[in-house]
Amino acid sequence: MELSNLEVIPGRRVLRHLGLVQGSTVRSKHAGRDIMAGLKNIVGGELKGYTELLIEAREEAIARMVAQAQSVGANAVINVRFSTSNITSGAAEVMAYGTAVFAE
Amino acid sequence: MEVLIQLAFIGLLLLVGLVFGRMAEKRHYRDIERREAELADLLVFNERTPPADRPIREATLVVGSVVIGEDYFKRMAAALKGLVGGRLTAYESLMDRGRREAILRMKEAARARGARSVFNVRFETASLSEAHVGARPMFSAEFIAYGTALID
Repeated sequence: MELSNLEVIPGRRVLRHLGLVQGSTVRSKHAGRDIMAGLKNIVGGELKGYTELLIEAREEAIARMVAQAQSVGANAVINVRFSTSNITSGAAEVMAYGTAVFAE
Repeated sequence: MEVLIQLAFIGLLLLVGLVFGRMAEKRHYRDIERREAELADLLVFNERTPPADRPIREATLVVGSVVIGEDYFKRMAAALKGLVGGRLTAYESLMDRGRREAILRMKEAARARGARSVFNVRFETASLSEAHVGARPMFSAEFIAYGTALID
């Protein structure tokens, strides 16, 4: 499965468009991470616990999107976009979406 | 007496935020500048399509992300500045650091795959105000930069 956020796959021809595919996940941090982040927040800077949490969440969202693309017989997803939204305090939704295509 | 203790506590938090926050920010900026110089030859475009005449072996999605939080001093400084409005320099540097760090991580991911350029770069920023200290939640934001790395 090839992923790209271009509208084309360079050097390959798209034979069939198979529609929009998307994957999303909602994550919340566990209490330990939250307390550590709260302490870290006093001095500021990167909150590594959250960075890792959202990277894991994004990988999960991509995996779900890829699974959906596979189920419709695609071999690539183009024009991939990400979005993160803060649902309630303590939980974030990470979403990945794109166009499933079959390329030569 | 209790008021004094509370004031002392706030003062301590402010001092810690000012000293360590400032130090961390300077260190982060030095680190950003060094890595930016190292990765200067990896070109990043937000054009949607790469030039058609370039031979490309592989195109792959690369992502860089970071979550950055404010420190206690920035929070207080921004709250005071918010009374009169205008530029919030405390947050400007925070957003700048976050976005440049995200770009750098994306470029590092592209370099790790042997790419020489990244096309169609997009940014995403999401505010995650979560960890509560006092009444108002501390501000933190996630920065994402992503694009398609071209390997030729």
